[in-house]
Amino acid sequence: MAAGSTYTPIATTTLGSAQATVTFSSISGSYTDLVLIIGGKNASSDQGIVTQVGNGSIDTGSNYSTTYLIGDGTNATSGRASSATSIIAGRMDNVASTSIINYMNYSNTTTYKTVLGRGNDGALVIQHVGLWRNTAAINTINVFNLSSVNFAAGTVLTLYGIAAA
Amino acid sequence: MSSMILGILASSGGAAGAANSYESIATTTLGSAQSSVSFNSFAGYTHLQLRAIMQSSVAGAGYKDLFIRVNSDTGSNYARHGLYGNGSSAVAYATASIARMEVALTIPETTNNGFGVVVIDLLDYLNTNKYKTMRALGGTDNNGAGYVGLFSSLWQNTNAITSIELLPSSGNFNTYSQFALYGIKGV
Repeated sequence: MAAGSTYTPIATTTLGSAQATVTFSSISGSYTDLVLIIGGKNASSDQGIVTQVGNGSIDTGSNYSTTYLIGDGTNATSGRASSATSIIAGRMDNVASTSIINYMNYSNTTTYKTVLGRGNDGALVIQHVGLWRNTAAINTINVFNLSSVNFAAGTVLTLYGIAAA
Repeated sequence: MSSMILGILASSGGAAGAANSYESIATTTLGSAQSSVSFNSFAGYTHLQLRAIMQSSVAGAGYKDLFIRVNSDTGSNYARHGLYGNGSSAVAYATASIARMEVALTIPETTNNGFGVVVIDLLDYLNTNKYKTMRALGGTDNNGAGYVGLFSSLWQNTNAITSIELLPSSGNFNTYSQFALYGIKGV
């Protein structure tokens, strides 16, 4: 039985000032999954956090899609975004928010890539599953708020790698 | 790793522990279609986490459920709850006295082209004083179709879990499906 410690921190960005987009680049392919944890707030209220990925450069084409499930304290609903330019993967408001985004099997070159994300803020809890229709390994990740809302200073984004035996 | 981060991880499908407490145990990547995947050697941890990507080998545009059986128990000793979204509405369900744990609608058939994903936590799996609980986050998106949801299941047995079998609700797992088992230590 092989066993080895993993869930390794790869990079952490703590914003010193408001910033629209955070990029993680040159990500090693030596892990199986990536987990991005975002804690902080934005300059507006209740925005979706979206992600774009790529190999060498970010894919800004309409090659992404998302299915999501929302609870707002009153109702549970579901929605979808197809042939979009990013995956909706988290949630953030201007008070306090957390999101965890899993980039599953990100470095294989045989399958389209699926992202599983969950976000919580003062208004909503949301779970997302998103697809990047490309078999390339992911080594670059962008995250930003919808509607061009900045991440606030003090927001922390930490990227972890999980390596399977 | 701060206690705040640990709390977030533990509550949001990324359960992890203190430094060096999250360990890779075993991984199965399918080189050909296969009806089930089993893990039989994972003693010594407090919790287990299974992370998987899955596709059905069935040619079609439908979706299969992921079934989970422990300790080769095929009796009606399990129960399930789920809440999932299909892109237009949310669906909640519960079923008692069934013959497996379940993560619904997470395995796409081949026409969908994508792979479904799931993160499953089997909590306190060695404890012999209580029934065992599984919770999962999972889904699959196929650009215009798909599902995403939250799932939990109960095994009504106090025995320690010593084996885990994963199987699709029908047909086989397709080539490239991957199942990675991790252990989380306590103190």
